[in-house]
Amino acid sequence: MTEREIMEYDVIIVGAGPAGLSCAIRLKQQKPDLMVAVIEKSSEIGAHILSGAVIEPEPLDDLLPGWREDPPPVCIPVERDEIWLLSQKGRYRLPTPPQQKNHGNFIVSLGAMCAWMANRAEALEVDIFPGYAASEIRYTEDGAVGGVIIGDMGVGSDGQPKDTYMQGIEIHAPVTILSEGVRGHLSKQLIRKFELDKDSDPQTYGIGMKELWRVQPGKSQPGLVQHTAGWPLDSHTYGGSFIYHLDKDRIAIGFVCGLDYQDPEFVPFEAFQQMKNHPMVHALLEGGEILSSGARAIAEGGYQSLPKTEMPGALIIGDSAGTLNVPKIKGTHQAMRCGILAADHIAETSAPQGFDQKLRDSAVVKELYKVRNIRPAFYKGFWRGFIRAAIETVTAGKLPTTLSIHADDSSLKKLDGYTPPDRKWVDRDLPPRDRLASVYFAATAHDEDQPVHLQILEPDICTTRCVTEYNNPCTRFCPAHVYEMVENGAEKALQINSANCVHCKTCDIKDPYQIINWVTPEGGSGPNYQNM
Amino acid sequence: MKILVGIKRVVDYNVRVRVLSDGSGVDTDGVKMSVNPFDEIALEEALRIREAGNADEVIVVSVGGDECQQQLRTGLAMGADRAIQIQTPEPLQPLSLARAFLKLIEREQPGLVILGKQAIDDDNSQTAQMLAALWDRPQATFASKMVLDGNSVSVTREVDAGLESIEVDLPAVISVDLRMNEPRFVKLPDIMKAKRKPLDVIPLDELGVAIEGNIKVSHYAPPPQRDKGIMVEDAAQLVQELKNRGLI
Repeated sequence: MTEREIMEYDVIIVGAGPAGLSCAIRLKQQKPDLMVAVIEKSSEIGAHILSGAVIEPEPLDDLLPGWREDPPPVCIPVERDEIWLLSQKGRYRLPTPPQQKNHGNFIVSLGAMCAWMANRAEALEVDIFPGYAASEIRYTEDGAVGGVIIGDMGVGSDGQPKDTYMQGIEIHAPVTILSEGVRGHLSKQLIRKFELDKDSDPQTYGIGMKELWRVQPGKSQPGLVQHTAGWPLDSHTYGGSFIYHLDKDRIAIGFVCGLDYQDPEFVPFEAFQQMKNHPMVHALLEGGEILSSGARAIAEGGYQSLPKTEMPGALIIGDSAGTLNVPKIKGTHQAMRCGILAADHIAETSAPQGFDQKLRDSAVVKELYKVRNIRPAFYKGFWRGFIRAAIETVTAGKLPTTLSIHADDSSLKKLDGYTPPDRKWVDRDLPPRDRLASVYFAATAHDEDQPVHLQILEPDICTTRCVTEYNNPCTRFCPAHVYEMVENGAEKALQINSANCVHCKTCDIKDPYQIINWVTPEGGSGPNYQNM
Repeated sequence: MKILVGIKRVVDYNVRVRVLSDGSGVDTDGVKMSVNPFDEIALEEALRIREAGNADEVIVVSVGGDECQQQLRTGLAMGADRAIQIQTPEPLQPLSLARAFLKLIEREQPGLVILGKQAIDDDNSQTAQMLAALWDRPQATFASKMVLDGNSVSVTREVDAGLESIEVDLPAVISVDLRMNEPRFVKLPDIMKAKRKPLDVIPLDELGVAIEGNIKVSHYAPPPQRDKGIMVEDAAQLVQELKNRGLI
């Protein structure tokens, strides 16, 4: 192994999402001479971005004044909000809580918006490198973060270099900014190493699944924002759906459910499909076609779960830190604010120290504080959560108590003694038929001849403890059918179809034994989302 | 010796291609675009020839709108020395494309032209053959191996019956098949270097080539949907079902 080649930058940003790109743009606006690079594991900017997305435009106004004259490719002003509580066949209109009033907001494709932002950043001479995975942290001699190491490419499934082997380079920088999105694999390591979460609650997550549809002409009402709760979830599983009406007969439809669900036999993907089968949704989609589909985890812990966001040599921002506002169902404006704040801080002081306090004094954390009790209120079931959420909303979070957040990996009940709720799920006829059919629309691609990027740290557990205690829930919570138990003679063995992976990180989060470790595959691998 | 390599911007092979609902074309809105994979193989081979000391310069050429500069930059990052965009407002049909290439050959005087055997969007597989004819030089198509030997090159071709070995004199046009090589990954610092490499833009009319439309596309349509299958109990029922449908 030869010495790795080195590139040097003033600031290296990991992940070209709204947080990272906002940070890059603001840095160059503040200090045009700074050398700034953004590393992104997806083959193109936006190809791994999946979001609803209704966004608040205020950070865009701040970052790119005049953007409304040259808006992102998909950008529809919200006209109307509707919230529905669904039963299996019926529906009841609920009043729209203040956090979910979307007047003045825009429905966008966040993937397309990130590609649009990347063009703005490149015009400011930010170096953006899609197709390269930051696989490891590079530490300086005194133990601070000093940049990242790009993953080697052309390594075979046996771990040996192939003919195309290319050693990854090191990128050195005095400041590294982690904006990897939810459950970033480097952020996860750094949070552990620097004990950044020692004063905060564990993070709690949701899984969001989304499909982009083209429906029959006339069915889409551009600017209509619909949310649903209730069916098909039981009252102890937090979640609901979104249906955003775009232009060109397109509908963005998605389903989110808390990863603190209890039922080991629960299949989040099937819950999404059941929701689509509700008469209200079915009528909308019938006769249409799917354009794209995918899934991504969501950080839902908010204020209580926010780790310390600075460490020697690095900052963690956006969803990697967990700044999403759950009651608003929005994270983009928060992520962008983080990026802008981080850039202002680095431009001013050239070092990470002091950022965490600034973040906590900022609008980002103030917004999280106000709504801090809403998500955990739902631990006691839908209706008690609903009432508490109403109280917290009316009092704007001024009640003195702060409910604590629990971890998702410990929430599953063991099969023994657990009676799953009767879900009354029905046969359904809208595509996709199953998870494999769905993955097809994610256009996900991984070279099969590369090391498996889903590491099972203690494989014995799968076939001994897990199979009896939980019946291998990984085979159900993964939305891309990556995990499969196959007959291997008389025994069962875990088969990992890693090429299907859509990089949602659900397995890394929900696995009850915490033995699944998601690492970066070869750069450029993963889904190729279009307008997601 | 100079080597000229053609590069086409196409919808990426991982993308599920969708026909526009009015049948006027293929939806490219928000779709990932890449270098045609066969062209990438052609470039890889050219770079290997140069690295073996048998060529001095590798030039990548693309014909199209300014968006194809993105693919040319990829070619430069892989290692090409310079790039030429033949600027056209609309995609060219193979014959016009070959005529444009010929004009460029007259300017650049390459010893070898390496092209992909076909583009994965229209699958025409015509440009290399037409170019060789117009240039009046030898062609070796569907090549899976090539060895340079002075003023000639021995080529292994993938043909229906197996493999065919031929030898052609230089200059020549070679179109490459999938098994020729496995293209390299682009090194990150080379992306930066590629930004500084020369990329010339030549408008098509400056080459004196007219856009010809010999082929008229009437419409595009997706393949017909497969009907839902049925499970049969036994062979007798299978025969009966086939008979019912008038298939046997």
